[in-house]
Amino acid sequence: MLADLLGDVRRRADALRLDQAGVGERLQGLPHDATDIGMRDSDQIGSGKVSASEAVIEGVSASSHGIGTNLPQPSNPGIGLTLDPVDSVRVNLSAAERRTSALAGRRTVKKDWQAAWLVRAIQCIDLTTLNGDDTAGRVRRLCAKARQPLRPDLQKALGLSGRSITTGAVCVYHRFVATAVEALDGSGIPVAAVSTGFPTGLSPLSTRLKEIEASVADGAREIDIVITREHVLTGNWQALYDEVKTCKQACGPAHMKTILATGDLQTLRNVARASWVAMMAGSDFIKTSTGKEGINATLPVTLTMIRAIRDYREMTGHVVGYKPAGGISTAKDALAYLALIKEELGNDWLQPNLFRFGASSLLADIERQLEHHVTGRYAAFSHHAMA
Amino acid sequence: MSIAEILDTMEYGPAPESDKEARAWIAALGGETKLFIGGQWRKAKSGESFETASPATGEVLVKIAQAGPADVDAAVKAAAKAQPGWAALSGHQRARYLYALARLIQRHSRLFAVLEALDNGKPIRETRDIDIPLVARHFYHHAGWAQLIDTELAGREALGVCGQIIPWNFPLLMLSWKIAPAIALGNTVVLKPAEYTSLTALLFAEMCQKAGLPEGVVNIVTGDGATGEQIVNHPGIAKIAFTGSTDVGRKIREATAGTGKSLTLELGGKSPFIVFDDADLDAAVEGVVDAIWFNQGQVCCAGSRLLVQESIHNRFVSKLTARMETLRVGDPLDKAIDIGAIVHPVQLARIRELVDAGVKEGAELHQPKAGLPAKGCFYPPTLLTNVHPASTVSRVEIFGPVLVATTFRTPAEAVELANNTEYGLAASVWSETLSLALDIAPKLKCGVVWVNGTNMFDAGVGFGGYKESGFGREGGREGLAAYSKPKWIAKAKPITDKPAPQASGDVVSTGFIDRTAKLYIGGKQARPDGGYSRPVLSPAGALVGEVGEGNRKDIRNAVEAARKAAGWATASEHNRAQILYYIAENLEARAAEFAERLSAMTGRRKADTAREVAASVSRLFSYGAWADKFEGAVHKPPLRGVALAMNEPLGILAIACPEEPGLLGFVSTFAPAIVMGNRVVVVPSASQALAATDFYQVLETSDVPAGVVNIVTGDRAALALELAKHEEVDGLWWFGSAATAGNLEKASAGNLKQVWTETVQRDWFSPAQGEGTDFLAKATQVKNIWVPYGE
Repeated sequence: MLADLLGDVRRRADALRLDQAGVGERLQGLPHDATDIGMRDSDQIGSGKVSASEAVIEGVSASSHGIGTNLPQPSNPGIGLTLDPVDSVRVNLSAAERRTSALAGRRTVKKDWQAAWLVRAIQCIDLTTLNGDDTAGRVRRLCAKARQPLRPDLQKALGLSGRSITTGAVCVYHRFVATAVEALDGSGIPVAAVSTGFPTGLSPLSTRLKEIEASVADGAREIDIVITREHVLTGNWQALYDEVKTCKQACGPAHMKTILATGDLQTLRNVARASWVAMMAGSDFIKTSTGKEGINATLPVTLTMIRAIRDYREMTGHVVGYKPAGGISTAKDALAYLALIKEELGNDWLQPNLFRFGASSLLADIERQLEHHVTGRYAAFSHHAMA
Repeated sequence: MSIAEILDTMEYGPAPESDKEARAWIAALGGETKLFIGGQWRKAKSGESFETASPATGEVLVKIAQAGPADVDAAVKAAAKAQPGWAALSGHQRARYLYALARLIQRHSRLFAVLEALDNGKPIRETRDIDIPLVARHFYHHAGWAQLIDTELAGREALGVCGQIIPWNFPLLMLSWKIAPAIALGNTVVLKPAEYTSLTALLFAEMCQKAGLPEGVVNIVTGDGATGEQIVNHPGIAKIAFTGSTDVGRKIREATAGTGKSLTLELGGKSPFIVFDDADLDAAVEGVVDAIWFNQGQVCCAGSRLLVQESIHNRFVSKLTARMETLRVGDPLDKAIDIGAIVHPVQLARIRELVDAGVKEGAELHQPKAGLPAKGCFYPPTLLTNVHPASTVSRVEIFGPVLVATTFRTPAEAVELANNTEYGLAASVWSETLSLALDIAPKLKCGVVWVNGTNMFDAGVGFGGYKESGFGREGGREGLAAYSKPKWIAKAKPITDKPAPQASGDVVSTGFIDRTAKLYIGGKQARPDGGYSRPVLSPAGALVGEVGEGNRKDIRNAVEAARKAAGWATASEHNRAQILYYIAENLEARAAEFAERLSAMTGRRKADTAREVAASVSRLFSYGAWADKFEGAVHKPPLRGVALAMNEPLGILAIACPEEPGLLGFVSTFAPAIVMGNRVVVVPSASQALAATDFYQVLETSDVPAGVVNIVTGDRAALALELAKHEEVDGLWWFGSAATAGNLEKASAGNLKQVWTETVQRDWFSPAQGEGTDFLAKATQVKNIWVPYGE
């Protein structure tokens, strides 16, 4: 199994090398050069080995978010299901908590740096409405906010007038995909749809697949799927793999974010295992939560998932993005997440191609913090446009 | 840099902590510090001072007063004057002062944190989040012990004036570890901070004033090693507590020998950090960061030797070197700095020298690409691979941010490598298999083991080392013994050497067939190496019998036999109890014979010596009873997990029994030692040696494994001295004259074995004085195994 997998990796790497010259050129000027990204770790996982030259970053394209170009995109064709990393995964909860709590004291950004990081946080928000009382009007309001998340005078005061500052995406139920696509026309902001029997994912698979196809047909460029938690809780990795892989096929050109519903999975061990299977099945992003579980995104869960992303890339060379969702509502929270991402995955993940916040109220707090940065006065909610 | 540019680079940028208040405080010192003696600020009578600098910049902060002999003397006198009154306060009254100190430290926590970072060079992140909160916690915890003293330390009292000498790596934290337990129990202190880092101790003195602490309870004298030496040698001091290097610790051991000062030493380390193949490797990598890149690696218990299972070595090193790239080295007052400045250029030079030596010996050097600040005293996080137990950097404590890596193949080999050092302070074990980790932890010869964690501290959990990392514990119940003594000692009479009787030429006639009492080594009766015997005489000088004249080779053989009996330490408590009871049973079967012998040797009446035999049988029963009842504790430090305080045997314990009572003194000392799992080399009473030699057959018939009890008869002081010098011996008990005690203490400095010298007379017949937990505590050392858990 593993030998097949490695053969697969090598073949793909060979194919990619054809395009490497071009990739290398476009990667010039990045904070880390391509070799650096690929070479960070070149040693063994299990008995498999991916050499530095094979572990190139795939699929590099221009971003539509006005935050620089030629940054790495998620590109994960997936691999065959191999249980070696799933079985051997070890996550120590106390150590994970210690790492994340210590980091809060180890890293901080102040003044202009804080402002810049908060702007980046805005650019990484999947501005979301996923409520039973959503209407077309509400979705249009959200889209308008996504286009102009920051008051123009603040944007100017921050010296960012020349830049297009938008949120990373707008995230809605399938029913409102067409509305959002229309409302965001020309902005370059993608629409993400939660399209697989959200939030529990317990409708028939055929229905879920049809929903994905319908969303893509309506113009969704990103699909957030939910997994069947039962597969994780019963250790049925093949079923989970098949489910995610089938969804990925249904997504076609759309990027797929796989929601693990980590609050339901409970343990970090389960989170790590589910992350591995979801990535092997071809997820472009892995995402924590629907926002409807009892516990949403947390820093220890984030640490576990992004370390899985790191190890997966080390093993396969494939790049997967990360999206924490639910409960991230303050600027301070957002900065803690960005610092953790920077520390564990590096700067490449500090941009919307590879990192998103699933959030609805976060933006309002960031705007007020940015206003405080500009004026030195604590801001009123009513001074900022609501979504 | 504009916001737009930052948005492209996503760098951290500066995050300075203001040092305004700390500098204002320093400015108010007026250019030169004073000494805090008897509650007053006094200029040093020596008139001398030295500069203290900020390691991050080299900038001189202030001149520190150099306390001279007259100053130290004044401080000791102030402490001595204050001590009786302080000890006479109720526990509750002392608790209120300690509580006030805890609150004051919290109220001024940021000033302490910034001042410490400025003076020491350690990152503000650490002083703010780790050092200062632990200091406050230490005073809270010990306020509690003061409150509970009457019930929890009944029968014990304060020692008197304690001289305390602390290092520069955790200046205020080490101060709290020293001062809090001392004053909680009614001692007064003269404390000397390290010369590089005196400032927070002086700020603490101000807190003592604010707390209204009675004058003289805490005295702070600043100065260099010479001042420390004056404290160590001052006759008015009852106890020395030292934290620092093993070399200086050894000198202090020698200097205090024979003075009657009690001593605790917390010394160096070369602590192993063991990573098994089933560890959470990313967690272990982060553990390494907290182990060796905490406080610039200037930590006595730093996990400085990485022992990694060979199968995962490359992968682990690759993860580790990647992690090293994200460590930020720089201005300690920047809130986003991981590694600050090395405390002094002298230390920096030493680190460089040792790393160079390591590379010369073939180690591969790994350091991050990012450079260091242009000025100031900095050294990058460093990993040396291809390092072997024989490498210099594997043996010497570097005391800097330098980790050395070695591989192992099996758990047994990991333990062997971990213990292959003269040190024994701490260890980290990383494995997600609890049965493996909890199997390894007790096998590591060190005072603290962290399972899947590192450098965790708490006031309620004792900290201290095995072997040449020192002795005594700080924190927890186990730390209290070091600052108190049994009350009866104050009224006890000193032991004096009695002149041996002159041989009269008579022979005491007995009903026995002539017996040849040899030595007892490795479960066999062995002829003395020298081939000589010595007489055992009655008080009138008549010959009662002859015993072997043991010499240093016999001591060597006895220690070797004890070394081979290592399995005794892991025998079950139930098993050890059974053997103790069995010894009692067999002794009682021969009670009349033993009583007769004792009468012959001492001239005491049969009824009296029969009472001694009965007391000995009872004592054996007591220790059989204690075998499975002198248990450790489960500490609950503030984390999700436990710290298991385990009472472990010292190892090989040498015992020079009291000269009298011959049998009861012998039984009362070897029994608690072996029941706790030690193997012993016993030098029995010379004048009543036949009580011990007759005991061979009792031991032989009681299933005592060979080598657990070894007995060498002869000149007690001379044989004890050989044992004190023997570096395979872990502890030494001496019951006898003060003059010999001094020689033994001095000789013990070689491997810093734990020495208990008792030079006053104890009532061995009274259970209150002759047996119990005091003996068991001396026969054991506490190992704290931290086990954080959670899924």
